[in-house]
Amino acid sequence: MYRITEKKILNPTVVEMQIEAPPVAKKALPGQFIILRTDENSERIPLTVAGTDKENGTVKIIFQVVGATTTALSFKEKGDYIEDFAGPLGIASKLDELKKVCIIGGGVGCAIAMPIAEALHNSGAEVTSIIGFRNKDLLILEDEFRSFSDKLHIMTDDGSYERQGNVTVPLKEMLEKGEKFDEIITIGPLIMMKFVTETARPYGVPVTVSMNPIMIDGTGMCGGCRLTLNVDGKRVTKFACVDGPDFNGYEVDFDEAMSRSRMYSDFERHAYEETCNLYKKEVN
Amino acid sequence: MAKANMSPERNPMPSQDPKVRAHNFDEVALGYSEEAAIDEAMRCLGCKNMPCVNGCPVNIRIPDFIGEIKKGDFEGAYQIISESSSLPAVCGRVCPQEKQCESECVRGIKGESVGIGRLERFVADWHNSHSKEAPALLPSNGHKVAVIGSGPSGLTCAGDLAKKGYEVTVFEALHVAGGVLVYGIPEFRLPKAIVAKEVDTLKKSGVKIETNIIIGKTLTVDEIFDMGFEAVFIGSGAGLPNFMGIPGESLKGVYSANEFLTRSNLMKAYLDNPTTPIMKTGKVAVVGGGNVAMDAARTALRLGAEKVYIIYRRSMEELPARREEVEHAIEEGIEFSLLCAPTEIIGYNNPDDPRDPKNGFVKAMKLVKMELGEPDARGRRRPVEIEGSEYEIDIDTVIMSIGTSPNPLIKSTTDGLEVNARGGIIVTEEGLTSRKGVYAGGDAVTGAATVISAMGAGKTAAYAIDKELSAK
Repeated sequence: MYRITEKKILNPTVVEMQIEAPPVAKKALPGQFIILRTDENSERIPLTVAGTDKENGTVKIIFQVVGATTTALSFKEKGDYIEDFAGPLGIASKLDELKKVCIIGGGVGCAIAMPIAEALHNSGAEVTSIIGFRNKDLLILEDEFRSFSDKLHIMTDDGSYERQGNVTVPLKEMLEKGEKFDEIITIGPLIMMKFVTETARPYGVPVTVSMNPIMIDGTGMCGGCRLTLNVDGKRVTKFACVDGPDFNGYEVDFDEAMSRSRMYSDFERHAYEETCNLYKKEVN
Repeated sequence: MAKANMSPERNPMPSQDPKVRAHNFDEVALGYSEEAAIDEAMRCLGCKNMPCVNGCPVNIRIPDFIGEIKKGDFEGAYQIISESSSLPAVCGRVCPQEKQCESECVRGIKGESVGIGRLERFVADWHNSHSKEAPALLPSNGHKVAVIGSGPSGLTCAGDLAKKGYEVTVFEALHVAGGVLVYGIPEFRLPKAIVAKEVDTLKKSGVKIETNIIIGKTLTVDEIFDMGFEAVFIGSGAGLPNFMGIPGESLKGVYSANEFLTRSNLMKAYLDNPTTPIMKTGKVAVVGGGNVAMDAARTALRLGAEKVYIIYRRSMEELPARREEVEHAIEEGIEFSLLCAPTEIIGYNNPDDPRDPKNGFVKAMKLVKMELGEPDARGRRRPVEIEGSEYEIDIDTVIMSIGTSPNPLIKSTTDGLEVNARGGIIVTEEGLTSRKGVYAGGDAVTGAATVISAMGAGKTAAYAIDKELSAK
């Protein structure tokens, strides 16, 4: 059992928690993920590590309430316990030798992008961040990004905060003006990462994307998280849990990944509604 | 004592009716009664040279335990088996006895061999339901040993060392102990309560089990030594599932057998209101002919599939699965499509509506017929494509069950651990790796094999570890 030591509501659908798990806190690096189960008989879900407190032995997770398990997790309070918490899994982001980087986060993906911005900022790299949200109410981690970025662009789909438009808009402007980045690191919805990659393609800037497919064990056993890369004209199967989660954006077959991510959408919608109804009953 | 039973046929195993069991997850084989067990034991001639014992990877004293059954001393029989096997209730159910002990049985020359596996199972089940005695907790001999992975090789190694007074800690990556016995082998073949009971027995004998610890990630082998452990046994199993590399393997509805079985067994997707989803579909093609393929096919059937095919490129004779599983599968109505191989999986694609929710799901499979050609290096006749014999079948789920490769996590984080071209850890006959104090066994060494061979490897390593540490 693993104790929840802090809980913070970041916006109406995004929750931050600190989980007591000293062995994981000791090892976790930016870009890695953990697998958790909320209760006995819960499913296993992967969440990317949003930070660690090595002194207190806690791991920070930030998650969006999208399905049954994240709903159940969001109802847990400080001092409650979750059943399982294993990690860190996956390969840490490779940040050495990067001097000038553009970090692009979308929605809750910003929670994963933030520790990468922090690590790069602390290593002395020049960090330009672009973070995008549907609207002002869904904005998260603005202060953190301000302190870890040399330049920050905030975009909202509806223009309710700062600039209106997609994250690719300022990226394209910068690249057109001749801005040179060692690398673009992007984390968010698959469709966003696909378009960031396409925007960067004509300029030849390396793009790293963080994939978060459906997983079960997270240790390279089930193969559910597989994705296809196009490497030198060949199609290669990789497993996000052990080969990733970071991949070269130019190689990823995003359309296939998007299709696979919807494999259980009917089931998930149903399970989510059941869970919501369950909690409604408990309140009544 | 009663006279030897010279019937050429063994006592039949009482089983659930195929029509009924095809729709439930309860155990298929129900086990011998005391009378049937004694009657079957009477078929054993008690050969002096004990050929059956040589056929057993852990050398259980088979005629001796059967002798105890003849006397009606079932607990005595259990004590003999447990000298050699840490998991008798498991082995009695999942060992391919017809290729091991029973293949050597003299009674098999003119008739059926003695049902050794059935008797082992009977004895273990009798003990589990009658014995209240907790295993003796031995005083520590002061040596600490770490075991990585709680599958059959790890549990055996841990059990054998605990019996000698070692302080053993087993590290398990998943949230529950048992490895392939819980995530792979389905409930109807090996009830999870039996695995839990065996694990519990180990815990009572002093073995510590720590779940959610991924060696190579949460802890490294070097850190384990820093924690004061003097030897490490790696029994991490065969991890990564293999795929064929044909078009369409990433369509929705294509599973590895590992994923399909893990969803059903470990995550209990077969229950009525699961939190982990599984596709419950109409027509399922399982590619492969091993035990895992049989498990996947029969699980799919129980989840409600109307038609399940086993697609295997050789003939029934070469099919590697345990004979009893094949017989059960046939009885339950699994269709064996032999001498054929998939060349492509075809997905649904509505050209008029890119948002059609059915897009990207499996619709059919293209196959080619095969014939058997010359034997390969291992003596198995190689399947050869028959030109122009391509055909299609309508399906909506594919389960790839064509083997696994060893998990790369430990190898990539342990300096000096040598592996072979296929990723298997290289070990000596005693199970010692290229690193001092580090032993390995089971699928992590051999690639996908059987529960009992993994147990044999765990046993060999436990013996070697004891030899090394007791000399200190």
